[in-house]
Amino acid sequence: MGRSLDLFAAASPDGAWTVAEVTRRARAVIEAGLTGLWVRGEISGFKAYDSGHWYFTLRDRAAQLRCVMWASDNKRLAARPDEGVQVFAFGLPTVWEERGELRLTVRELLASDAGGPWRLQFERARAALERDGLLDPARKRPIPPYPRRIVVVTSRDGAALHDIVAVATRRWPMAELLVLPTVVQGQAAEPSLIAALAVIDRLKRVDVVIVGRGGGSKEDLQAFNSERVARAVAAAPVPVISAVGHETDVTLCDLVADIRAATPSAAAEAATPDVEAVRAHLARLARGLARGLRTPTVRVGERLARVTDRLVGEMDLRLERGDARVRAAGTRLDALSPLRVLGRGYAVPRDAAGRVLRRVAQFAPGSAFRLRVVDGDVRAKVEDGA
Amino acid sequence: MTGTPGAGGAGFAQDLERLEAIVEALEAQDLDLDQALALFEEGVERLRAARERLTTAEARVRQILADQAGNLRVEDLER
Repeated sequence: MGRSLDLFAAASPDGAWTVAEVTRRARAVIEAGLTGLWVRGEISGFKAYDSGHWYFTLRDRAAQLRCVMWASDNKRLAARPDEGVQVFAFGLPTVWEERGELRLTVRELLASDAGGPWRLQFERARAALERDGLLDPARKRPIPPYPRRIVVVTSRDGAALHDIVAVATRRWPMAELLVLPTVVQGQAAEPSLIAALAVIDRLKRVDVVIVGRGGGSKEDLQAFNSERVARAVAAAPVPVISAVGHETDVTLCDLVADIRAATPSAAAEAATPDVEAVRAHLARLARGLARGLRTPTVRVGERLARVTDRLVGEMDLRLERGDARVRAAGTRLDALSPLRVLGRGYAVPRDAAGRVLRRVAQFAPGSAFRLRVVDGDVRAKVEDGA
Repeated sequence: MTGTPGAGGAGFAQDLERLEAIVEALEAQDLDLDQALALFEEGVERLRAARERLTTAEARVRQILADQAGNLRVEDLER
């Protein structure tokens, strides 16, 4: 650019500029006169090239403005803007010399309405997940109450890992924590998270997975809004607790996970029982055990006492009855006693051998016999020739 | 650490579940003394085992690293 701007120089064909001189000059004027500015317009003719650069037109009713957004700038955005949406673009007006075209080099792109194109992209992915049944509440699996193995998918160096380890090991020292270190932001985050989630299939006896990272900007959380990552979470063979960012950021990962925790610490709490509460539960069970045995023991004891009472009662009764019978028998015996009969004046004759003589024929004339009276024997003799 | 990592946890959950079932059976059912005694003895044993596992438990934190070929390696995580 050897020539200085001379408004009169082009007044005749002799001093004609080259095309390149004009566009170069125009570019210098535009760039000097219009510094960075915000432009509002509608996206039109959007095209993303393999290089990653975006080309589109911003338009309103009266005019249009060609735009470019370099890959280095647009990679920070969650998604491509949709055709026809209203946006705010911050950019530097310039002239594309090769085409002699006024152009805006866009550095930042925001949705002008609430949510905007990125929200749209999120909603689209969400709808796809829903269509495949991945958001169905019936899919949510319960977390095992006493986990033995907890897999943690997060950055090796983040505060999230520190918090999860601190909370989980304090609450539940029975567990083994297996950390799968991953990249959690930037371009590498999506493939890294997907690869880590795939490793879980190869681990044995895993009870629960925590996947997440600490809070960050919307761009920082982008990988957790990736539909592919969300599908990898949904495909995990064991329950997944998602912990991404803060309370207000709900990601696609959160939606497909079995439990959504607001923070990594909360995720560790959701994954583990509190060891003190478990000890208290054991103490309650110990009391229940003792009480449980006492009941049948007491029952058996009472039954034994009842049986004993009945036994003793029965024996008493029998003894009483027996006593009366003995007395009755005694009285009857007494009445039948020959001594009583003899006492009334009867006598019993017996021969020498002691046989009772009952009939006349037994008394041979002249034979001797004995008479038993109440107080002794009397010798007697049958008279001869009676 | 009791036994292999993980196995202790599984045993704990089983002990606890069985213990809960035993206490429930003892409290709810009209058992005869022999059955009750057998359950009680088993319950005491499960309780002892569960408490021992809790007492001796020591949390372990390790990380899993995959090499280029996709082989997994587990190593203790330095905290």
